Amino acid sequence: MEITLTHYLVLSTVLFAIGLIGVMRRKNLLMLFFATEILLNAVNIGMAAISHFRGDYTGQMFAFFIIAIAASEVAVGLGLLIVWYKRTGKIDLDQMTSMRG
Amino acid sequence: MFEAIAFYLFATLVTVMFTITVMTSQALYALTAMAAGMIFISAFFFILGADFLGAIQIIVYTGAVMAIYAFGMMFFDTTRNVIEKRSNPQFVVVLGGLAAVLVVFIVLAPIVTTNLNANYPIDLAVGNTQAIGMVLFTKYLLPFELAAVMLLVAMIAGIVLAGKKMDKSLTLMAEEDIALMHASSATEITQEEAY
Amino acid sequence: MEVYLYIALFAPLVGSLFAGLFGAYPKMLFTGVIASGLLFASFVSSAILLNYVLAGHTVHVEMMTWIAAGDLYIPFGFVVDQVSVTMMMVVSVVSTVVHVYSIGYMAHDKGFNRFFSYLSAFVFSMMVLVMSDNFLGLFIGWEGVGLCSWLLIGFWYHKESATWAANEAFIMNRIADLAMLIGIFMMYWNLGSLQYDVVFANIAMLPIHIITWIGIFLFIGAMGKSAQFPLHTWLADAMEGPTPVSALIHAATMVTAGVYLVVRANPIYGLIPEVGTAIASLGAFVAMFAATMALVNRDMKRIIAYSTLSQLGYMFVAAGLGAYWVALFHLMAHAFFKALLFLGAGNVMHAMHDELDPFKMGGLKKSMKWTWILMTLASVALAGIYPLAGFFSKDLILEVAFVEHHYVLYTVLLLTAGLTAFYSFRLVALIFHGNERHLEHGIHPHEAYTFMLYAMAPLGVLAVIAGMAFKTPYYLMVTHLLPAMTYHIHNHTTFWIMTIGTQLFVIAAITYAYKKYAKAVKVDKKVESGFLYQLLYNQYFIPKIYDEVFSKPYLKLSKLAWKEIDLKIVDATVDGIANIVYQTGEKTHTMQNGNLSSMLRWMVIGLVVLLVLAVAFTAGYNAVNLQAM
Repeated sequence: MEITLTHYLVLSTVLFAIGLIGVMRRKNLLMLFFATEILLNAVNIGMAAISHFRGDYTGQMFAFFIIAIAASEVAVGLGLLIVWYKRTGKIDLDQMTSMRG
Repeated sequence: MFEAIAFYLFATLVTVMFTITVMTSQALYALTAMAAGMIFISAFFFILGADFLGAIQIIVYTGAVMAIYAFGMMFFDTTRNVIEKRSNPQFVVVLGGLAAVLVVFIVLAPIVTTNLNANYPIDLAVGNTQAIGMVLFTKYLLPFELAAVMLLVAMIAGIVLAGKKMDKSLTLMAEEDIALMHASSATEITQEEAY
Repeated sequence: MEVYLYIALFAPLVGSLFAGLFGAYPKMLFTGVIASGLLFASFVSSAILLNYVLAGHTVHVEMMTWIAAGDLYIPFGFVVDQVSVTMMMVVSVVSTVVHVYSIGYMAHDKGFNRFFSYLSAFVFSMMVLVMSDNFLGLFIGWEGVGLCSWLLIGFWYHKESATWAANEAFIMNRIADLAMLIGIFMMYWNLGSLQYDVVFANIAMLPIHIITWIGIFLFIGAMGKSAQFPLHTWLADAMEGPTPVSALIHAATMVTAGVYLVVRANPIYGLIPEVGTAIASLGAFVAMFAATMALVNRDMKRIIAYSTLSQLGYMFVAAGLGAYWVALFHLMAHAFFKALLFLGAGNVMHAMHDELDPFKMGGLKKSMKWTWILMTLASVALAGIYPLAGFFSKDLILEVAFVEHHYVLYTVLLLTAGLTAFYSFRLVALIFHGNERHLEHGIHPHEAYTFMLYAMAPLGVLAVIAGMAFKTPYYLMVTHLLPAMTYHIHNHTTFWIMTIGTQLFVIAAITYAYKKYAKAVKVDKKVESGFLYQLLYNQYFIPKIYDEVFSKPYLKLSKLAWKEIDLKIVDATVDGIANIVYQTGEKTHTMQNGNLSSMLRWMVIGLVVLLVLAVAFTAGYNAVNLQAM
C-alpha cells in the first residue's frame, strides 16, 4: 500500500478544516491563536509533501518561512493579548466590540 | 509498508490531538494536546525526508511557540474552564470543512495536474540539511534576511507590549487593587471611545 | 474678402454676447447701440461682399474641421455666392433697421439688454443658415433661428399666452425638423457627403424615388419653418412676441428660410418636377387660405401675419414651378415691405397702448402722419401696384404660373392678389382713416420717436424702388447660380391685358376696402353671424381641430403614462431598487456588530463563496476551451 501525495493532501485538508472550525467556534482569544497555529501546520504538511513528491526544495523553503512567520505572530499576538488583558481583565472575543460599526 | 503504518498512525494521532485542541474547554488540555500534535507533525517531515524541517518544527513550535504560550497563559486564569457561547456548531463544521477542501483544491490543483519543472531539484547525494542550507543561503538569501529582521521586530514588539506595567504583578496585587486598576483602565477606554 | 465674410458672420454674435453680459441688468442704452453698430458692420461687410459677387466672384472658406469621424467629414465651411449674398443683404438690412427701431420700441422694457442679446443671436443663426456650405451647417443655423424664435416669442415670459405661443412654435418646428433631418440623413446615406457642391453634382445619379423622398422630406422641413399648411398655426400665435421680432423673424427672415432651402436645393427639385408641382399647389392653397383668414381678423398683427403666410405661399408657387430666382426675388422684396408694415404696426401699437383691434382705432392719420405714409407705402407695395416692389415680384409669379400653363394656380393667385389688396387696405383704412374711435377709450396717440421713423425710412425707400431698380442687376447676378429662366408672355396683347387687368382688379379691391372702412364702420350683424364669416374668423377651426385631435388625446395619453407607467412601473422600479438596497442594509447591519468572532465567520463564508466561484469559472472556462479545441 503506497502512500501518495493525495494521502498527504487529504490529511492537510482535514487538519485545515479542524483549524478553521477552531477559528470559528473559539471565543477565547488564546484558543483562537491555537487554532491559527493548526491552520499553519496543516499547510506546512502539504508543502513538505509536495516538495517530497515532486523532488523540489521550494516547498520546504515555504514551510520554513511559514514557521518563521508563525513564531513572529505568536510573539506579537501574545504581547497584544497581554496588553488587552491588563486593560480589561478579559480575553473574550464577544466583549471586544470596540470596532462596532 | 512501514511508511503506510507510520503515516496512518501519525495522521490519526495528529487529528485527534488537534481535535482536542479545538474542542476542549480546558486551556491546559488544549495547550498540551497542541504541543503533542506539533511533535507528531514533525514525524511527517521526517517521513518525507525533510529532516531539517522536522527538527525546526520541534525546536520552534514545541520549544519556542509552546513555551511562549505557556508563559502567556500564566497571565490568565487557566484553572477555570473556558466558558464560551456556542452557536450553530454544525454550520461551523460544514463551513470549515468546505473552506478547507476548496483552499487545498485551488492551491494544489495546478501543482498536481500540470507537469511543473523543479526549480531546485532534490539531490539525494547531499544531506537534507546541507541542501536546504545551500538553497536557503543562495536563492532565498533575501527572504531569509527579511525573515530574520521580521523575527527581531516581533521580538522587540513582544517585549514592549508585554513589558508595559511589568512593575505591577497581577498575581501579587490585592483583589481590590486589581478591580480598581481595571475600573480606571475601563474608564480610559470609554473615554477613548467617546472620542 | 474672407475677413468681410467673418465680419458679416460674427459681428452679430459679438453683439449678442456683449448684450448678453448685461442680460440681468436694467436697461443700458449702450447695449442696444453697440448691437446695432455691430449689425451695421455686418451690413457693410455684406454690401462689400455683394459688390464682389456682382463682379462675378464667389467666396468659399473652410474655417475649421467640425466633424471628422470615419468617412464623415463636415467642416465649418461658409460660402458667399449669388444666392447667399442676396439673403445676407436682406437679413443684414432688415435686422439693422429692426435693431435701431427696437432701441426706441423697447425703450421702456425691463428686458432691454436681454432683448438685444436674443435679437443679435438670431441674426447670427440666420447668417449661419444662409452662409453655410453644407446641409448640416444649414441645419445648425436652422435650429439656432428656431431657438431664438422661441426665446423671442416668449420674451414676455410672464404672459401665459406668450409662453404658450413660444412652445407651440418650437414644437411644430421640431416636427418639421425631424423630417428635414431624415432628408439630410438620406442624403448622407446615399451620397456620403453633405457639402452642397458634392451633393448637387452627384444627386442626379441616384434612383428617382430616393431623390423624390429627399425632396419631400426637405420640403416638410421647409414647411415647418415657413409655416405652410398644415403646420401654419404657430405663425399667427407667434405674434405674441414684441413687434420688432415679428418684423424681423416672422416676416422678413426666418420664415423665408424654407423658401431659401428650396431655392438652395434647386438642383434636387429640378429633378423631381412632380414634387415641385405639389409644392406650387400647396403654396397657392396657402396663399388663398391665409388671405381669406386675414379678411375678417380683428387683430392688427395677426392680419399682417396671415399676409406673410399668404406671400410665403406665393414664393413656394414660384419655387415649385422652377422659377427659383423669382421666388428669391419676391422673398427679398417682401422682406422689405413686410418688415416696414410690421414696424408701422409697432408704432401704432405704441401709440394705442398695445391695443391690437383696428376697430378700436381710426383717424390716426392726423397724429401719426409719417407712420401713415410708410404703412400705406408698404401696403401699396404689398398689393402690387406699379411701380412699387410688389408689382415686379408678385406679378412675376403670376406670369410664371401663366407661362407654365398652370391656369388654376394662376387664377387662385390672381384672386388672392385681390384679397391681399383688400385686407391690406382694410387695415390701413381702419387704423388711419374714419372717426377717432379710440377717444372713447381715453387714448391720446402720439407719433413714435423720430429716430425710429428714420430707421424705417430705408425700408420705405426699398419698398418703393426694390422692384424697379434691382430686378435686372439681380437677375443677371443670381442666374449665375440659379436656372436662368425668363418668363415672357409672347403675345403682347395677352401681356398687357393681364398686367392692366391685374392692376385694375387690385385697385378695385383697394377702393372697395376704402369705401367700406374709411368712413364710419358699420358692423353687419347678419354677415358676422354667417357661417363663412365664422369659419374665417375662427381660422377654419383648425386650431380647435388640432386641439381636439392632437392636444387633448396627447394630454390624456400623458396623464395615462404618468399615472400608470411612470408612477406604477418606472417609479416603482426605481423605488424598489432603492428599497432593496435599503432593506438589505437594514437587515445586514447587524453583521457589523464589531464582534471579532462573527467577523471571522463572515470571512470564512466570503472565502467559501469566492472559492466556489473560482472553481466554477475555471471549470466553465476549461469546458469551453476544450470544446473549442
